[in-house]
Amino acid sequence: MSGTENQMTGAEIVLQALRDNGVEHIFGYPGGAVLPIYDEIFQQDDIEHILVRHEQGAGHMAEGYARSTGKVGVMLVTSGPGATNAVTPLQDALMDSIPLVCLTGQVPTTLIGSDAFQECDTVGITRPCTKHNWLVKDVNDLARIIHEAFRVAQSGRPGPVVVDIPKDVQFATGTYTPPSAAPIQKSYQPKLQGDARQIEAAVHLMKTARRPVIYSGGGVINSGPEASRLLRELVEITGFPITSTLMGLGAYPHSGKNWLGMLGMHGSYEANMAMHDCDVMICIGARFDDRITGRLNAFSPNSKKIHIDIDPSSINKNVRVDVPILGDVGNILEDMVRLWRAGSKDYDKAIQGDWWSSIARWRARNSFAYKQSNDVIMPQYAIQRLYELTKDRDTYITTEVGQHQMWAAQFYGFEQPNRWMTSGGLGTMGYGFPAAIGVQVAHRDSLVIDIAGDASIQMCIQEMSCAVQYNLPVKIFILNNQYMGMVRQWQQLLHGNRLSNSYTEAMPDFVKLADAYGGVGISCDKPGDLDGAIQEMIDVKRPVIFDCRVANLANCFPMIPSGKAHNEMLLPDEATDEAVANAIDAKGRQLV
Amino acid sequence: MNAHLQPTGSAYFIAKETQVAESHTLSVLVDNEPGVLARVIGLFSGRGYNIESLTVSETEHESHLSRITIVTRGTPGVLEQIKSQLERIVPVHRVVDLTVRAKIMGQERPIEREVALVKVTGSGEMRAETLRLADAFHAKVVDATVDHFIFEITGKSSKVDQFVAVMKPLGLSEVCRTGIAAMNRGPQGM
Repeated sequence: MSGTENQMTGAEIVLQALRDNGVEHIFGYPGGAVLPIYDEIFQQDDIEHILVRHEQGAGHMAEGYARSTGKVGVMLVTSGPGATNAVTPLQDALMDSIPLVCLTGQVPTTLIGSDAFQECDTVGITRPCTKHNWLVKDVNDLARIIHEAFRVAQSGRPGPVVVDIPKDVQFATGTYTPPSAAPIQKSYQPKLQGDARQIEAAVHLMKTARRPVIYSGGGVINSGPEASRLLRELVEITGFPITSTLMGLGAYPHSGKNWLGMLGMHGSYEANMAMHDCDVMICIGARFDDRITGRLNAFSPNSKKIHIDIDPSSINKNVRVDVPILGDVGNILEDMVRLWRAGSKDYDKAIQGDWWSSIARWRARNSFAYKQSNDVIMPQYAIQRLYELTKDRDTYITTEVGQHQMWAAQFYGFEQPNRWMTSGGLGTMGYGFPAAIGVQVAHRDSLVIDIAGDASIQMCIQEMSCAVQYNLPVKIFILNNQYMGMVRQWQQLLHGNRLSNSYTEAMPDFVKLADAYGGVGISCDKPGDLDGAIQEMIDVKRPVIFDCRVANLANCFPMIPSGKAHNEMLLPDEATDEAVANAIDAKGRQLV
Repeated sequence: MNAHLQPTGSAYFIAKETQVAESHTLSVLVDNEPGVLARVIGLFSGRGYNIESLTVSETEHESHLSRITIVTRGTPGVLEQIKSQLERIVPVHRVVDLTVRAKIMGQERPIEREVALVKVTGSGEMRAETLRLADAFHAKVVDATVDHFIFEITGKSSKVDQFVAVMKPLGLSEVCRTGIAAMNRGPQGM
């Protein structure tokens, strides 16, 4: 392109830059400071804009879209309240490493700092909740900055970025720089290849392990489908048992023979015991989060630890490791698999024999067991039936945050990566429904289900209107127990069963609510009716709110109570009322 | 109300810190762009790290690079985290822990210097004493009237501290310090 054809207005540059970065969908809400961009959106057909009902919804939709496709999610909001409403999804994406580009309108440059109408210090407010952000003061920098925003969002450890564009910059005419000609910021060059000597040291350590365990995380999913394939290959050739964090579910299949289930606070007994007793731990794309480790000074006390991560600050942050390997999980796994294969002639899996007997013993404890009922639907049973009736379909699952989220992680089996969207790091109630809409936008013909709680769903319920507008047949499956279940569970454990404000006294009629929005409402409270009702939900090709009335007082087990180690789990068969009340001893209570 | 009957617990696991905190000097090379200093200090406040001294200036004008010198305090684990967290900031090029590097070279600390301007007011015999002491510290007079002196003093922070302390009874009225500029000894660059 030459001279004059590269001249565009700022708003045109925004659309051109989005096209050149492969964007097909954006989630947004108009307002005064982004009107020029919305005017350009109106005059083109390449990029579809999904109109949300609240900017938080736009952010979570972009997250769901990104997580399910591996692409960058894009959101567009106006200045002031538009930008401040975007803060929650930005922090959510930061903590779960989701690539997100958020374009915000800003008051004209001449008014910045004057407390103008709908002005806020967007780059100041979003600085700690983004990977990087920019305020564009010159239209000639706009294209370069948007290209750079996409590069920063999706490379290295992915994350959210904000580009703040004042209204006068959107109107001004300037030169468009295509991505190939745009200079990049040299200070940001993430390291992707692992150090060969470290990888060699890791493989050597793995060969000597008698009690190995692989602990994988969301980094495997972020690295792409090839990383998940390589992870499966590594497990196959080494014969090591594998567990995963909440964010990493699906990288290794639930049906795989080496699968231990999820680990951590509500993980399986076998996974946590294996973590505690192992002699070599291989952490792949996970970050030793406090929900995973339990009491730090009792965390896997006798193991050598290998840690693969793309972010140097994750290494030695919470747990000191013996063999850190910096780089992209996919690249490193490829090297590891090659090295292992090259020297595996002398490797005998019998070295792990005793270890697998221990694992079989722990598995036999059946730590996800619950007491079935013929009268009321147990929440675990509801998830199990949902899984059985949807597992052979092209299904994506999102969740809100709370007990239902943990039950979904425990009882829904994931066979593939990118099929499970949940707010792990920030724990954002209200995430799941908009995220499901984002997933459905990217996968129009798939079955997308938000497993929700009755409290969480009410935090972003307004997006029903969005789902109906765009004919997005998202299914909301509410485990309705009329409590903020996880809050109540903690109150029972820690606060003498004083259930302060965790009971919802005025629950809406979810069936009528669905109807009011133009969706379909289904209600079920009998275990015997459940399968039929779920089938009805699947068959309806419209947005559905499924009000599944479950046992009100069920709690989520097994559990590592606070102040306890992996081998001190509270198992469901031991969780009597008395055990729950005394699970956390005086020492544990003093932790704050 | 009932909290005293049943002490509350926590949803978090809090481990006791057993390592001893040390003071380290970090050099951070950054692109001189808007907001870069806010990113650095926001990181320190957001993650609960300490800043004992902070010095910033553009050092390479053509390439718009600034050098930030930070004196911070933390356990070895925290200091390692600070370095890694700083390196994550997009416009940060390099972070060098000058104290660690000095120790590797067998030295106690890197070269650390500070400039201070010290205003002392007074008249009569005190003035002679003030000048005599300033001379002993190699402090330079950069401004004076019959009622005051402004001294410029350069040196380690401890020397500046000491100079300020001795000036106190002699009519000290104002102090301005630059914070620490630091560099490792030897021919090797940052």
